[in-house]
Amino acid sequence: MTKRFGAKVVLDAVDLTVPVGESLVVLGKSGVGKSVLVKHLIGLLEPDAGSVRVLGDDLWAVPSRRRDELRRRFGMSFQEGALFDSLSVGENIAFPLKRHTKMTKGEVRDRVAECLEAVRLPGMEAKRTSELSGGMRRRVGFARAIALKPEILLFDEPTTGLDPINTDVLVRVITELNHRMNPTMVTITHDLSVAFAVAERVALLDEGRIRADLPPREFETSPDPRVRAFVLGDSSLEDARTAPEEVSP
Amino acid sequence: MKWPVRVLELVGGAVTGVLEALGRFVVLLARTLRGLVRPPFDLRALVSQVVRVGVDSVPVVLVTAGFTGGVLALQTFNGFARFHAEGFVGSVVALSMLRELGPVLTGLMVTGRAGSAMAAELGTMRVTEQIDALVALATDPVKYLFVPRVLAGILVLPMLVVLSNGVGIVGGYLVAVRLLGANPVVYVDNTFQYLGMEDLWSGLIKAAVFGGLLTFIGCQRGFDTTGGAEGVGRATTAAVVSGSLAILVADFFLTKVLF
Repeated sequence: MTKRFGAKVVLDAVDLTVPVGESLVVLGKSGVGKSVLVKHLIGLLEPDAGSVRVLGDDLWAVPSRRRDELRRRFGMSFQEGALFDSLSVGENIAFPLKRHTKMTKGEVRDRVAECLEAVRLPGMEAKRTSELSGGMRRRVGFARAIALKPEILLFDEPTTGLDPINTDVLVRVITELNHRMNPTMVTITHDLSVAFAVAERVALLDEGRIRADLPPREFETSPDPRVRAFVLGDSSLEDARTAPEEVSP
Repeated sequence: MKWPVRVLELVGGAVTGVLEALGRFVVLLARTLRGLVRPPFDLRALVSQVVRVGVDSVPVVLVTAGFTGGVLALQTFNGFARFHAEGFVGSVVALSMLRELGPVLTGLMVTGRAGSAMAAELGTMRVTEQIDALVALATDPVKYLFVPRVLAGILVLPMLVVLSNGVGIVGGYLVAVRLLGANPVVYVDNTFQYLGMEDLWSGLIKAAVFGGLLTFIGCQRGFDTTGGAEGVGRATTAAVVSGSLAILVADFFLTKVLF
């Protein structure tokens, strides 16, 4: 798929497949278009060219009702949580359950408690979202994302701006969710420690294209100068220009 | 690049931008109108908006109406006294309030209070990805955010205008009778002598239209916010300016149609 904003091509014929049950991490520098990529996967953005196929359906070729059915099979966690300010923590998590299921009040209450347990925030239902720290907001966002027991989980920069302890907690929560639910998972980050902790495959988005798409160990040792620059955090290596197809994995 | 090409590019870019904005506006309006007639309706959200648009606006609307009625009485009394027609002040105040000042001033005050608040709220939701989160949770943001607000505006503005009319007339009475010494019996007689039900109804129809306009514009400006906190500020200002202008323009055409 291709996406432009004005004259700037953010995604340039990006071709990426995520098999069912796999955990893919997309790495890339800040502002490279990682969030734009993940927003295409759930239909928050429409590609200018190309298509996004989810569970066999072209997201933008199906009627909007079908698109919403597909979205219900996703759980998405946003950069800063994107919690609804007007609702409490419990109401945020209950939001998709009330709208898309016929659960009774008691069942909703139990499922909310279960989701909060899963993100290590038990008993937080009554808290206002304004009372939460950055890390807690992300975890409540995770809890809301898993409320409908989705088959696909998307994490957009789950640890950006957090301290190492909170980052570790979030990585553990993501890993536990992965083991417990075995979803198809796409995580967007620029944090290598997060990537290698949760990925079964790592892709590097660079200058609008997928520069590398490898298992974590191979990614770490890739000779591609752009990948090496990213892994080592050495910008001087970026200047050694080599086309991705010229690099053997 | 040669300057004629540059000029053409600039003009073309501006025209495309305006057409795009217009297109987005029309699409949002169509989606809102569809949402207004298609169930399900979120009664809880509607009640909450009725409180925010209506109940919370009561004090500012009452103060505005009371002083407007008073000023109207003050101005017309002095003017009419020049040809001994002070008795007609009550009629002028009542007709002005019901047909024009009640709906327009209430619309403008609610635009400043509730329209701007809606733009700020939805704008903040946009820049903090809460609107994206709604879509990701398979929820139509127009149905969820616009419909209860616009419906509340349409329902509540006429009620506020009834209050505004009453308080404006009382304000006029107090100034004319208590301050300027008009005969209270003559004043009250004249107030209602020339009033017809059509004066009240036409004002209420105007109010319902203004309520729909100001809430839709507030929501639309917030929904289309770009550019972080600065964008939210711009959206809020734009909601007040364009909401007020829309009310004044619509008032002209409605007056032409209704009278």
